[in-house]
Amino acid sequence: MEKIVLPDIKDFHILDVYLQHGGYTAAKKAFTQSPDDIIDQVKRSGLRGRGGAAFLTGLKWSFMPKTTDKPKYLCVNGDESEPGSFKDRQIFEYNPHQLIEGTIITCYAIGAKVAYIYIRGEYHKWIKLMQKALDDAYANGYLGEKMKEKFGTDFSCDIYIHKGAGAYICGEESALMNSIEGKRGYPRVKPPFPAQNGLWGCPTTINNVETITNVPPIINKGWEWFASIGEPKHPGTILFGVSGHVNKPGVYELPSGTLLTDIIYNHAGGVPGNKKILCVIPGGSSMPPLRGDQIEGVKMDAESLKAAGSAIGTGGIMVMDEDTDLVKVLARIAHFYHHESCGQCTPCREGTGWLEKILKRLIAGKGSVSDLDLLITVANQIEGNTICALGEAAAWPVKFMVERFRDYFEKRVSKEISLPV
Amino acid sequence: MHKQIFESYKPLDRSSLIPLLQDIQNIYGYLPENALRDISDFVGVPLSRVYGVATFYNQFRLTPLGKNIIRVCRGTACHVKNSANILYALESELGIKAGETTRDKQFTIEVVNCIGACSIAPVILVNDDYHGRITVKDIPKILKKYQ
Ligand SMILES: NC(=O)C1=CN([C@@H]2O[C@H](COP(=O)(O)OP(=O)(O)OC[C@H]3O[C@@H](n4cnc5c(N)ncnc54)[C@H](O)[C@@H]3O)[C@@H](O)[C@H]2O)C=CC1
Ligand SMILES: Cc1cc2nc3c(=O)[nH]c(=O)nc-3n(C[C@H](O)[C@H](O)[C@H](O)COP(=O)(O)O)c2cc1C
Ligand code: SF4
Ligand code: FES
Repeated sequence: MEKIVLPDIKDFHILDVYLQHGGYTAAKKAFTQSPDDIIDQVKRSGLRGRGGAAFLTGLKWSFMPKTTDKPKYLCVNGDESEPGSFKDRQIFEYNPHQLIEGTIITCYAIGAKVAYIYIRGEYHKWIKLMQKALDDAYANGYLGEKMKEKFGTDFSCDIYIHKGAGAYICGEESALMNSIEGKRGYPRVKPPFPAQNGLWGCPTTINNVETITNVPPIINKGWEWFASIGEPKHPGTILFGVSGHVNKPGVYELPSGTLLTDIIYNHAGGVPGNKKILCVIPGGSSMPPLRGDQIEGVKMDAESLKAAGSAIGTGGIMVMDEDTDLVKVLARIAHFYHHESCGQCTPCREGTGWLEKILKRLIAGKGSVSDLDLLITVANQIEGNTICALGEAAAWPVKFMVERFRDYFEKRVSKEISLPV
Repeated sequence: MHKQIFESYKPLDRSSLIPLLQDIQNIYGYLPENALRDISDFVGVPLSRVYGVATFYNQFRLTPLGKNIIRVCRGTACHVKNSANILYALESELGIKAGETTRDKQFTIEVVNCIGACSIAPVILVNDDYHGRITVKDIPKILKKYQ
């Protein structure tokens, strides 16, 4: 299987090695074409955002105004804070130059002269690795003024790293922009979308790290090639981070549409002790959980997961075996979203607190079956009534976990099941 | 001491506030009040806004912490790998609760949610070092390294 984002090439993160394998030739090729041509190819490739919402990348780029006297910006989103997600980190470590090259091509396509790579603050090691790669690119003329000569073009751009300061919400694109502006990370009301009104009020595009890293191969090998990999409606490979109760947790790059069971049992080596699977969260902790008996035949791409009652999210697959206490898992998830709510919208600020409180009551053995309905009611009142999608992220796991494991929750409440973990 | 850092931020950029706070916290381990005042003057934004930003982000603190900061991940993937027991063991080993600092100022325990290392769950982060796949038994050995 061909790997696009994390190729199996030794020392690929080193500039010389990257160059030996055709590094920076996609940028060179892009500069011989018009920005609109590049956008068109990315559109046709069918590339969709890998940050969670699977929005069409080329379409998003095409929203950037062509005529404006304001500067334009690109923000590369490497905040990666969704529990269960640890894929962008692999790119910082093993393929930073392809990310830089993708960033250059994207800047050219949308007409940005400055790009920020926003990396979560806890990623000290990866911030350093990424900075090293940027320094090498600058020193060798692939970035900044010198790139004009290197590539024989009159375009140039600069890339800066912006370190996050520990706030999950700053991964949300508009909060991310406020954070770069040196403000509290409050999400903004959309529309206007960032292409109209972004960083410092200027046209801005935000894309995930993995999304951008896919761009150079698309330009080099052609959109037809990319569009033919995996599921036609969500083509390419996806980085699946598998964690929880599996024998070989890790990041696996596989074609979109790979079977969930294939990933868990073959790539990730199955469940320790051959235990049964109770629950799988397929796309990071904010996506609807699936019951162990619902995962058979489920393909991992945006459309298939939607049909199966969940969503692709960040591709972070969390596996829980039959001995897991789901009430405690859900209470941890609820605690997280409550803690990370920025507090701007009342349904989110208050509702997430209630969800956590009720779940803690259940754990303490003081809950009743009516609390289960209450959980769903509160979740429904958050969903759809907030500025940003953190509201849904908090509501979905609760709502779907309680609905799909109703039996289990009822037995837990009536103390028919009691578990140690 | 922090005024030297200001030099490297000239000419002042609109996005400097958070990086500046990060650099100052690197010197002191926290953000002293007089530093916040100086930053407000230097960047030219009201102290209330500097304070608002400093309290919004989890990274910043307004009081000093221990010499070593132990961050215990209680995110979902670590939770299902028994991170609760790791936290209890650390708390009883050091005689403090999460959020507290030992009396000798050597250790602070903090709880965090997912530090992007789920594949080696359960994980703790001591200062900048990741310790993955740990068990309760590993804890004394890990602590010793930092004593
Ligand atoms: N990677 C991570 O660590 C995390 C990822 N997420 C993911 O984030 C997702 C939600 O992200 P959102 O940005 O709120 O989703 P969204 O659906 O609002 O937007 C997705 C992208 O498409 C653009 N867009 C959408 N509709 C548009 C329109 N009509 N015109 C112009 N542009 C448009 C947005 O600007 C954005 O860049 C969730 O699905 C979740 O999986 C959530 C938490 C953490
Ligand atoms: C609460 C919240 C947190 C988010 N965190 C991230 C993140 O850490 N990384 C990311 O790429 N997208 C994150 N997103 C999604 C972004 O808002 C945005 O959709 C994405 O960066 C767009 O890039 P893409 O189109 O390439 O996927 C988050 C969304 C929400 C609502
Ligand atoms: S939904 Fe929650 S996190 Fe998002 S803006 Fe509203 S209060 Fe803030
Ligand atoms: S849940 Fe602990 S590192 Fe992800």
